[in-house]
Amino acid sequence: MAKTGAGPSLTPPLGDELARLEEIVRKLEADDVELDAALALFEEGVARLRAARERLVAAELKVQAVLEEADGDLRLTDLDA
Amino acid sequence: MPLWVRGEVVQVKVWSSGHWYFTLRDKKSQVKCCMWKMYAERGGRPPADGTEVFVLAKPALYEEKGEFQLSVTRVIPTSAMGRQQQELERVKTVLQKDGLFDLSRKRQIPIYACTVALVTSPDGAVIHDVVTVTRKRWPCARILVVGARVQGDGAVGELVRALSLVNRIHDLDVCIVGRGGGGREDLAAFNSETVCRALAAVRVPTISAVGHEIDISLTDLVADVRAATPSAAAELAVSDRRDVLRLVDDLSVRLAAGLSGRTRLGRARLARTADRLHAGVEAVLDSRRNLTDRLAAQLDALSPLRVLGRGYAVPMSEAGRVLKHRADFVPRESFRLRVADGDVRARVE
Repeated sequence: MAKTGAGPSLTPPLGDELARLEEIVRKLEADDVELDAALALFEEGVARLRAARERLVAAELKVQAVLEEADGDLRLTDLDA
Repeated sequence: MPLWVRGEVVQVKVWSSGHWYFTLRDKKSQVKCCMWKMYAERGGRPPADGTEVFVLAKPALYEEKGEFQLSVTRVIPTSAMGRQQQELERVKTVLQKDGLFDLSRKRQIPIYACTVALVTSPDGAVIHDVVTVTRKRWPCARILVVGARVQGDGAVGELVRALSLVNRIHDLDVCIVGRGGGGREDLAAFNSETVCRALAAVRVPTISAVGHEIDISLTDLVADVRAATPSAAAELAVSDRRDVLRLVDDLSVRLAAGLSGRTRLGRARLARTADRLHAGVEAVLDSRRNLTDRLAAQLDALSPLRVLGRGYAVPMSEAGRVLKHRADFVPRESFRLRVADGDVRARVE
């Protein structure tokens, strides 16, 4: 069982990752970035691409039930769906 | 495909088996109806003779007698239907007045929804449909089922509570509220004012998937998006992973091309700079060479030796001192005369 009343997750949303990747590619395509900065952007882009691909390929759908406990906390339990 | 048929109920017979038999008629025609025990039990008391009703039924054949009949699954007195309709119209009017159906408040469903709340019956088919579609399209998602009764007594309260729980879930991207198809009464909770207002208060974009395609409930009008079925709701809620992987591949190609283009540009700029540097150095050297030549010509013009070319000579002592005055010449001593092409030895007499 996992509690879901806690803070937000540390993994950035996939949408944010892909938006940052778009931004990196656009900057590199714009030609007005210094070479050092371009190399740094490229490295960041490669890392983010790898992470995004891993997230997309390796993941398995998770189905959980949200339950409210007597003390008002929310708890998650896995469902076999 | 079941049909709604309106008529007056007569000759109602309730058999010990639990099945109901009756005739439905209007001024011109009549048809025999049967309602099997499993449906009759849900219907409460059988309608009294003379009651005007709507029945939901499928055409069927009573084979032993070769008679056409209607196989009825629901019976609703028209008076009750009228009350339901009035209530529906009232709720619709107040929600419309409060702007809950306004297109301006419709939110976009996020493209990459990762966490989806599903408010529905814990044991209905909706979970299965949504999970099946999501697993196929977007397996990196997480579906959080918030269970609630979706019909009958207590459904309104449970749906309202479930929708308020949804607002306490962190990192949520979208919320689906749904149930499978059913009769008009089965969908009543989704026409409730409090459920509609609770749905409007959900802080993430919402999808309403209530009933089958032909049924429209008020939650369909309040939600940001209406889906015809729960499966369609799942398709609206999550992207197709194959499309996103194609996008990632495309970004990967553009990233590599971007860097390659950038370094090519850098090389070209470097080559241009080297050319300019070389040209600059050449220009400096040329200018220096010109200056040296000019100075040499000036020096040459000023040189006393140039005068010798015109026939003059310079007397100089053996030690190389220029003899400018008579007193500088000592009798019988030798000296040198510098002429244009060299020295000539001479003696003072």
